Amino acid sequence: MNLWQFILQNHTEVTQLTLEHIWLVGISTLLAVAIGMPLGILLTRWPALRRPILGSANIIQTIPSLALFGFLLPAPWIGARADRLAILALMLYALLPLIRNTYAGIQSVDPSVVEAGRGMGLTDRQLLFQVELPLALGVIIAGIRVATVLSIGLATIAAAVGAGGLGEYIFRGLAMVNNTVILAGALPAAALALLADTGFGWLEKRLRPQDTRRDGYASAASS
Amino acid sequence: MDSAAAIEFHRVSYHPQGEAILHDLSLAIERGETLVLLGRSGSGKTTTLKLINRLLTPTSGEIRVAGRALPEWDVIRLRRMIGYVIQEVGLFPHFTIEKNIGLVPKIENWSRERIRQRVEELLHLVGLDPQLATRYPRELSGGQRQRVGVARALAADPPILLMDEPFGALDPLTRAQLQREFLDLEARLGKTVVFVTHDLNEALLVGTRIALLEAGRLVTLNTREEFLRCREPLVIAYRNAFSPDFNGERGRV
Repeated sequence: MNLWQFILQNHTEVTQLTLEHIWLVGISTLLAVAIGMPLGILLTRWPALRRPILGSANIIQTIPSLALFGFLLPAPWIGARADRLAILALMLYALLPLIRNTYAGIQSVDPSVVEAGRGMGLTDRQLLFQVELPLALGVIIAGIRVATVLSIGLATIAAAVGAGGLGEYIFRGLAMVNNTVILAGALPAAALALLADTGFGWLEKRLRPQDTRRDGYASAASS
Repeated sequence: MDSAAAIEFHRVSYHPQGEAILHDLSLAIERGETLVLLGRSGSGKTTTLKLINRLLTPTSGEIRVAGRALPEWDVIRLRRMIGYVIQEVGLFPHFTIEKNIGLVPKIENWSRERIRQRVEELLHLVGLDPQLATRYPRELSGGQRQRVGVARALAADPPILLMDEPFGALDPLTRAQLQREFLDLEARLGKTVVFVTHDLNEALLVGTRIALLEAGRLVTLNTREEFLRCREPLVIAYRNAFSPDFNGERGRV
């Protein structure tokens, strides 16, 4: 049976697993944005936090994903449901690009612009929301882009702890030694990753501040 | 306490991490005058300027603005009554010219119509076509950008203007033009201006008084005429560096 036939025959399951996959990645990335952006902003205000926070986020990245799922299994509320576990793990992996790009994006704002803003009497909050964040947005979106593409790949491992997603097919196919089934999981996952990459790439370009749109340095901080 | 001086420095020193950037500076800046802080790089002139709007805090001594000591001021209120113009201009690249100039009025909750009128008035005042209002900073030339910088600093009609080498990055022709326009503007508006430059010609052109700084110390504080006659060695050196003619026959090298 070729891949196309397999997908057609199982289209309800393929759709369901794809939606599960998108859900795992979507929720975990949203959480990572909600936590990573404030942390990144914090680093620009208290440079002393840079080493501990970026260091921790870096260490998390080095933990092999299967091991991280394993570590989290005994955690009380988290370990009780596979999807919670998967979302937490994916969120942890997505933190680093978000913290780092938020920080780098704000740091890359022209110091004379910040000085002018401060000198004319903007409060710290006004400076952040009216000047620094809008100017850093392109770099921050680049971070979200990296995090999302990374998560789409990693989320396939989540099937190992029973969290569902397209990884189901990959593990099932491995167990059955059936390449068609593996591909039925791997190909849609790859397509999702490409789609996310293109979509965020477009957004990144659109949201880059007026003056840098032509220079194209805004994505320099992505990994 | 009411005082005639717009800005007073009383024995002000600034020693971050023990490094003597500014040492024991005392001077008073009168209302409506243009005081030039003249000196080479590292002489402490920009530091002096930033101490006034509290971008920096003195290590010791006291600074008063409009008779009130700086710590008594709410720092945001203080900065909003002091226009600030820097060499790099620092326009907000993601805002149109109109939004750049109108930012402080907007934060101060002016009505939209009043902001629009003010922006138009200011563009006119600094010699720019009001049609530029909808453009972005990157679409303007260096001279136009600095004009916008001045307009932005004047937006909320602050009584004091701090200018840090405002024309330093411009080509000589544009610079000369902006200097002349600044003189016109200052004659009309009568702001208290503190003007930082390392250019003696500019200092003599715009300044009512000139404070010469060297290595964080005030060397002399003279009117333009006094400065040209002053026998202080550093003043002579300055005049020589710019034009030996300033020193007459005897001072000629």
